Amino acid sequence: MLSRTADHLYWMARYIERTENVARVLDVTYNMSLLPSDSSNEEELWDTVLEIAGIRDIYDATYKELNAANVIKHLVMDSHNPSSIYSSLRSARENARAVRVAMTTETWENMNTLWLEFGQYIKQDLTKTGLSEFCEWVKSRSHLFRGVCFGTMLRDEAFSFVRLGTFMERADNTARLLDVKYEFLIPMQEANDGAVDYYEWSAVLRSVSAFQAYQKVYRDAIEPMKVSELLILREDMPRSLHACYAEIMPILRQVAGSRQTEAERLAGQMHAKLHYGRMLDIVRDGVHHFLDEFILANRKLGEEIQRNFLSATA
Amino acid sequence: MTQSAKQFFDEMQGYGGNVRAIYQAYKHWLSDVPTQQLAAKRAEAEVLFRRVGITFNVYGEEDGAERLIPFDVIPRMISASEWAHLSKGAVQRVRALNMFLHDIYHDQEIIKAGIVPHSILSNAQYRPEMVGVNVPNQVYAHVAGIDLVRTSESQFYVLEDNLRTPSGVSYMLEDRKMMMRLFPDLFKKYPIAPVEHYPHVLLNNLRSVAQTGVTDPTVVLLSPGAYNSAYFEHAFLAQQMGIELVEGQDLFVRNNAVYMRTTQGPQRVDVIYRRIDDDFLDPLVFKPDSLLGVPGLLSVYRNGGVTLANAVGTGVADDKATYIYVPEMIKFYLGESPILQNVPTYQLSKEDDLAYVLDHLPELVVKEVQGSGGYGMLVGPTASKQEIEEFRLRIVSKPSNYIAQPTLALSTCPTLVDQGIAPRHVDLRPFVLSGKTVSVVPGGLSRVALKEGSLVVNSSQGGGTKDTWVLERDDVCVDTAQSQMAAQQMNQEAVIC
Repeated sequence: MLSRTADHLYWMARYIERTENVARVLDVTYNMSLLPSDSSNEEELWDTVLEIAGIRDIYDATYKELNAANVIKHLVMDSHNPSSIYSSLRSARENARAVRVAMTTETWENMNTLWLEFGQYIKQDLTKTGLSEFCEWVKSRSHLFRGVCFGTMLRDEAFSFVRLGTFMERADNTARLLDVKYEFLIPMQEANDGAVDYYEWSAVLRSVSAFQAYQKVYRDAIEPMKVSELLILREDMPRSLHACYAEIMPILRQVAGSRQTEAERLAGQMHAKLHYGRMLDIVRDGVHHFLDEFILANRKLGEEIQRNFLSATA
Repeated sequence: MTQSAKQFFDEMQGYGGNVRAIYQAYKHWLSDVPTQQLAAKRAEAEVLFRRVGITFNVYGEEDGAERLIPFDVIPRMISASEWAHLSKGAVQRVRALNMFLHDIYHDQEIIKAGIVPHSILSNAQYRPEMVGVNVPNQVYAHVAGIDLVRTSESQFYVLEDNLRTPSGVSYMLEDRKMMMRLFPDLFKKYPIAPVEHYPHVLLNNLRSVAQTGVTDPTVVLLSPGAYNSAYFEHAFLAQQMGIELVEGQDLFVRNNAVYMRTTQGPQRVDVIYRRIDDDFLDPLVFKPDSLLGVPGLLSVYRNGGVTLANAVGTGVADDKATYIYVPEMIKFYLGESPILQNVPTYQLSKEDDLAYVLDHLPELVVKEVQGSGGYGMLVGPTASKQEIEEFRLRIVSKPSNYIAQPTLALSTCPTLVDQGIAPRHVDLRPFVLSGKTVSVVPGGLSRVALKEGSLVVNSSQGGGTKDTWVLERDDVCVDTAQSQMAAQQMNQEAVIC
């Protein structure tokens, strides 16, 4: 398959996944902000959203005040914010359009409909008309995208690169979310004499659809270490880092064929770490430290994928 | 206009007498179908075409709006005997043109023989880079679109040869698919020659012109990309042939070979069906600012490391200044007399011709020799006085840039327009394919000028398309028509009784 085609498919999937994760974080944060608390806390809350998306600088250059309305606007429809839902969806569709013939008609039509429907949403003031409903729509559209790929695409390289894009992006997003929230919540917890903020941590879980899973797996009160374990090490938790690498590894082995690629080696290394790692050790070295390293390693893997498969320079 | 309209030969009605034999059964069918129903079918076709995305971009139009080429539901028919004549003539022409191209880039016998003037070597489309280069099978124009017009029952003319990157074949294929979907019953009635095998023939030909020694050549289609007006056709053909649709950035040159960048590493490319003009192929040789091409491509090509289809430098053979010599070429290279005729042509570089043309501008069609697409063109009879005078100045300033031809009484074909069914002028572009052999798929692109009285059929100038029905046998449809007429007569008699 042409590298350019694979590149478009991979990035299409990454952008869709990014859109979904931005919507998830927005939705949960918005719901948190509805809980009674003092206003300084709310500012910090929205600040974490910017941190997760890694767009603090762009935001500060655009807005003077840090508040819900501005952050939502910035993350949903600002075209100069490369992480906004608007930018991600536009990039996803542009990538799809460039390789229309490489995907099934259903996949293309789904992408196209997504973009056209989004055009209706951005005409509204979402803080007034229901941000939750919009976020629900984004999530369900993203589910539909994966479903239509899974249900209609030939299991060839095109399919592999779409899946690869999804899990590379998801791993990055989950790690960032956990990292930022961990940094934000643990000092607060210490200040509160070790009392865990139930609402904060359950919000983290909800933002990755893991609240029910947590209850099922641990049948216990919500504890930061267990939340971290669920999102880092549990292979059966579909948005965990381990689950993502369990998908990434075989895909890379398959697309590499008989070649030895650096991408496959890096993925294997990380997978082993997640597969055989213990939460005790991660906590001993620091969760933040672990996640930071993970984010860097995941980015390095992305660069190798780009180099090994997607640009295929001479 | 109405008076002169009677002078045009109509594909269905001839000169207004009896319905022509091949159209009789169709006419009979048509008279039973209400116009609204035809319009509904056309609307259905439009929805389907839009869904598939058969759109084109118009240069110079703001926001690059995507447009649909209007599709007409009434077919243009060609009898088996007419087709035998036309296809033989088109094949003969392309054979001679390929030989001419080989000659002009090698020994130049035709110039030595004094048939084509030496000045052809200074034509802007002549590529000195191609001198002495040997291309596989000596095929230059792998795909040729020969534009034909009809002026009477027996008279066809070649309007021009398109030998660079002729387009439109996707309409031949998609229009047919659409007609079979909309009117399946008509396909039972008529022995219509199928055209669906075109991509198969093209692929076979492209594979046959790979460098010697390559047993399983890799063929790709090189497109300028999604913003090109013919992108749909590029994607469509690549898909039909099962080959990669590549852009310049996907290819690179190394060790006298062309490779494409794939997820499995570089893969050697043997044949490039390119839909990019010569000028943009290789920034190292042609336009240096071209981002569409592949640096170093021409050098590999000249050394035989890759085949380009069509070859570089074919433009010199389809230029309007060369056109006038094609009948002579056929005699010179093939020793045959031309089966198809050229339109009588005035060369404005000749003083006598220039004087005559300037005196008769309102009757003539004047064309730029290196123009295309109907932009640099004057259609005397329909132009305003001002347009004629403006064009006169352009001619006088550089006469050798122009040729002139009498306004042809292009045949008309019944067409569904706002007012109902009315005659509109048509032309025909069959696609001639050259590989180991030269062949032509029975059909072509029929273009129709939708504006009343207009003779310009280009899609950029408001033209539409029709399906082209080449009949496999002439007897059958006449019989069917007669038997149906007989049946109808019997019915009528029955009613009268």
